[in-house]
Amino acid sequence: MPKDGIGAPMKRREDLRFLAGDGRYTDDINLHGQAYVWFLRSDVAHGRITRLDTAAAAAMPGVLRVITAEDFAHAGGMITAWQVTNRDGTPQAEPKHPILAEGKVRHIGEPIAGVVAETLEQARDAAEAIELEIEELPAVVDMAAALAPGAPKLHEDIDSNLCFDWGFVDDNKAKVDAAFESAHHVTTLELVNNRCVANAMEPRAAIGLYDRPMDHYTLYTTSQNPHVIRLVMGTFTLQIPEHKLRVVAPDVGGGFGSKIYNYNEECFVTHAAKLVGRPVKWTATRSEAFISDAQGRDHVTKIQLALDKDGMFLAFRTETMANLGAYLRLFATVTPTYLHGPAAGGPYRTPVAHVHVKGVFTNTVPVDAYRGAGRPEGSYQLERVVDKAAREMGIDQAEIRRRNFVKPEEFPYQTPMAVVYDSGNYHATLDKLLELSDYAGFAKRRAESEARGKLRGFGFSTWVEASGLAPSRLIGALGARAGLYESATVRVNPTGGISVLTGTHSHGQGHETVFAQIVADKLGIDAGLVDIVHGDSDKTPFGMGTYGSRSAAVGGSAIAKATDKIIAKAKKIAAHLLEASDADIEVADGKFTVAGTDKAVDWATICLTAYVPHNYPMETLEPGLEETAFYDPANFVYPAGAYGCEVEVDPDTGAVTVMRFVAADDFGVVLNPVVVAGQQHGGIAQGISQALLEHTVYDESGQLVSGSLMDYAILRAGDVPGFTVDHSCVTRCEHNPLGVKGCGEAGAIGAPPAVVNAVVDALQAGGYGIKDIDMPLTPSRVWAAMHEG
Amino acid sequence: MPKVAMRVNGRAVSGEVEGRTLLVQFLREGLGMTGTHVGCDTSQCGACVVHVNGVPVKSCTAFALDLDGAEITTIEGMANADGSLGRVQQAFQDHHGLQCGFCTPGMVMSAAALLAENPTPSEAEIRTYLEGNICRCTGYHNIVKAVLAASGQDPATIAAE
Repeated sequence: MPKDGIGAPMKRREDLRFLAGDGRYTDDINLHGQAYVWFLRSDVAHGRITRLDTAAAAAMPGVLRVITAEDFAHAGGMITAWQVTNRDGTPQAEPKHPILAEGKVRHIGEPIAGVVAETLEQARDAAEAIELEIEELPAVVDMAAALAPGAPKLHEDIDSNLCFDWGFVDDNKAKVDAAFESAHHVTTLELVNNRCVANAMEPRAAIGLYDRPMDHYTLYTTSQNPHVIRLVMGTFTLQIPEHKLRVVAPDVGGGFGSKIYNYNEECFVTHAAKLVGRPVKWTATRSEAFISDAQGRDHVTKIQLALDKDGMFLAFRTETMANLGAYLRLFATVTPTYLHGPAAGGPYRTPVAHVHVKGVFTNTVPVDAYRGAGRPEGSYQLERVVDKAAREMGIDQAEIRRRNFVKPEEFPYQTPMAVVYDSGNYHATLDKLLELSDYAGFAKRRAESEARGKLRGFGFSTWVEASGLAPSRLIGALGARAGLYESATVRVNPTGGISVLTGTHSHGQGHETVFAQIVADKLGIDAGLVDIVHGDSDKTPFGMGTYGSRSAAVGGSAIAKATDKIIAKAKKIAAHLLEASDADIEVADGKFTVAGTDKAVDWATICLTAYVPHNYPMETLEPGLEETAFYDPANFVYPAGAYGCEVEVDPDTGAVTVMRFVAADDFGVVLNPVVVAGQQHGGIAQGISQALLEHTVYDESGQLVSGSLMDYAILRAGDVPGFTVDHSCVTRCEHNPLGVKGCGEAGAIGAPPAVVNAVVDALQAGGYGIKDIDMPLTPSRVWAAMHEG
Repeated sequence: MPKVAMRVNGRAVSGEVEGRTLLVQFLREGLGMTGTHVGCDTSQCGACVVHVNGVPVKSCTAFALDLDGAEITTIEGMANADGSLGRVQQAFQDHHGLQCGFCTPGMVMSAAALLAENPTPSEAEIRTYLEGNICRCTGYHNIVKAVLAASGQDPATIAAE
C-alpha cells in the first residue's frame, strides 16, 4: 500500500502555494493591454428605462466604449438548465434573462451598461456620466403579494409572477390526504427558510480575451465549472462554438454554489473583448457581489406531519413558495423542486408524502443553488416538524427518530419520493451522536447552566441527502437539459509521472490531493507521481464541474475508471514483457507481477515501454499510455448524519451561544479523513451562520438593506466553539467503484435544524411557550418570541 | 503623481501612486504582489491584512502615500530563508487550516501578529483576536488548531466548552 493511498490523512499539496501567497486567482491575472469595465447597475428594483444616453460618458477620458443591450442584439438570454413541468402538465415559465437590461430593470443591481476604459477609475468616473432615467414601477418582494391578483408583473411575456406550480409526487396526493384523515395526531408548522448570500471570500471576477486572426475567445473566470460556462454561454447566449471559446477557471476562492452559473459579467467581458479589441477585466466589489451573485434558500413553507398513536409517521405534506428572484439562473428551477423533493422524506419510513412548491418571481436578486441546494430546505422543514411532533406527543427526540428510521436491513429502500436509498445505517449514526455528545450527561449540564442563570437546550437533526449529481437517465426523465456524468483522463508520461485531467473543479475541496490518492492507491505508487489538472476547458475533457457533492462520487469514480483502463493496458504491456498472459498479471506496490511467481516488471519500465515501443506487441496494442473515462452514476448517493447542537440562551437578552456541536456522519468510504473533517466543519459553520446570523433583507420597494458585510452578518471565529465531527459510521455506496457518498454539503443541510431545535428546547425547558421561531435567531428575535407568548 | 518608497519584505520598493491609492492596490497592482487579497470593500473580511512596522493592518484601509518609509511584511515574506513554509504557515498546512486559500494570507498575518503579542494564547484569545478575519470554508476549527500548534501548545485541547 502506498502511504498516501485511499483513506490516508495526506496533507494538502495545494496549500503550499496558497500559504506562500502564490495562489493564482482570476483577479491576480493581468493581460497585456487589458482594459477595465465598470457596470452601471439599476438602483431601483423595478422600472422602465425611459432614457439611456451614453454620449457624454463615451467622451470621458480613457473610455474605449460604452456597451449597452444594443451591443448584444445578436445574443440570446442566459438559460436555465432544467425544465420543470407544472402539475397541469404545462412547462415552467422562462422569461428571457438578458445580459444587460432591455428596456426594463427587475432587480436592484441589474446591469444596464458597461463602461470599458483604460483604467478602472476612468471607467467608474465615466459611468457616472451616463444619462439614465428610469420610470419606477411598483415592486413585488413578498411572494404572496407577487402571486395576488393584480400584482405588479415582472415579465410582460408571461401570465403572472408564477414560474411553476409543481407537485412531487403528485400521484401521492390522494393517499397523503387519506393518511391525514386517519391520523391520531397531526403536527403543523409554518416556517421561513431565510435567504442567504453565499459570500465566497473571493469576489467574482472575469477577464475576456479575443484573438481576432483566429476568431477565438478566452474567458478567465471564477467558476466552479468552466466547461459548463463554455457550453451554455457559448452555445446559447453569445453563440460562439465551443472550439472557438476557451474557459479557464484558475484558483477559485470558494464557491458554495454561487459560482456555478453563467453570469452577465462573464458574457459581457467575453463579447466586449471583441468589441474593443483589448482584453477586458472585471472584478466585483463585495457590495456588487451582494446585488449580483445568485442568492440562496428563501422558502416559505407549511409542513404537516401525520402520526399514529405510537408516534409513527403516516404521511407528510408541504406547501412551499420558493422565491426565485427576478430571473432564472442555471439551477434556479431544479433547486426548489428535484433537489428538494426526493430527499425531503429524510431518514424515515414515512409511507407517503407530497411536496408542493410554487416558484415565484419577485423584484429581488435571482436565487439559485447555495451549499446544499434544496436539501437544506427539505431537512430544515422536516426536522423542525419532527421536533415539534415529539414535543406535542411527549416522545423523546432521539426515540421518535429511531422509531421511524429506515432499518439497516431495509436497504436498498424505495422511498415514496421516487428515489431508492442504496445504503445507510441511521441507527448507527444516531447512536454515535448520543455517545459523542454525552447526551446522557445533558441534564447535568442543563442544571449547571441554570445555576448560572442560562437556559440550555439540546437540538437534534437527523438527515439524508440525495447528492452525487447525478444519474443522467433519471434526471433526463425529470426535465434536466444536460447529463451529469463526469470525465477524467489519466495521462501517463514516458518516465512514469501522471497527469490526471478532471472535469471537476477544486475551489477549496482539495482535489489536487485527494484525487491523486485515488490513482496512487490503485497503482500502488507514490502520490507524488500524480498531478491533478483542472479548470481549463482546453486541457480537460468535457466535464460538468463541482457542486452537489459530486466531485468524489462522480468525478472520483471517473478517475478510478480511467485508472482501471490504464491498469488493463499496463497489464498487457507487462504480460508481453514477462511472456505471460495478462489475465495472470497482478498489480501491487507499483509492480506488475505474474501471479504466483517472482517475475515482475515495475511501473517505470511499463511507462517507458509504452512510449519507447522497441519491444512492443504492436500488432495487438497501441503505443502510449493514456485513457479517458466518462462515468455516469447509476443512482444518487445518500450521505446521512445525526447532529446534536447544545445552546445556552441568555433569558435577559435572548442571545444564543452555541456550546457544543457534534456531527456523526456516514459518507461511505472516506478518501482523506482530514479533508472530510474540514468539509464537515465548514458546512456546519455555514449552517450555524444561517441559523443564527445571516439574513438578506429587502425593503418593500426592493432595496437591499443588508448589502454589505457591515449589514450582513457572517459567522466569525468567536461565534462558535470547536466542533466534534465523526465519520466512522461507514456504509459503502453500493453503486460507485469507490464506495463514496460525498461530504461537501452535509453540514449546511444538517446544522440549521439542530441549532433551532436546540433553542426551542432551551426556551421550552425554561417555561417559555415558544412553538415557532424563524431563522436567523438573533437576540432580538429570540427575546421577542419569549415575550410574545 | 506623487512617489512613495517603502520596504516590503525587506526589499526597498518605490512607485508613483495617486492620493487615493490604497496600500493593497499598491502591493497588488503597483508591485505585482498578489498574495494579499481583497475580499470586501468595508474593511470587514481581513483577507488583506499585512504588517506595517510590525503591526497588523488591513491594507484596504491605509493609503500608500501615508506609508512612505514604512516597513511592510506580506504573506510573501513569511517563508523561511530557504523558501520553506514559516512556522505559522506550516502549522496551517499541518492542521488543514485552509481550504480555498483566499482568506489565508490575511489569516496567517493576523495569527502571526497575535503570536508576536501573545506567544501562548488560549483558544478563546485566538478566537477573539481573529474576529477581524472572515473564513467561509473552515468554520475556523482548524485555523484555531493551527494557531495553537504554531504557539507550541497542544492543538487537541480545542474542544466544545
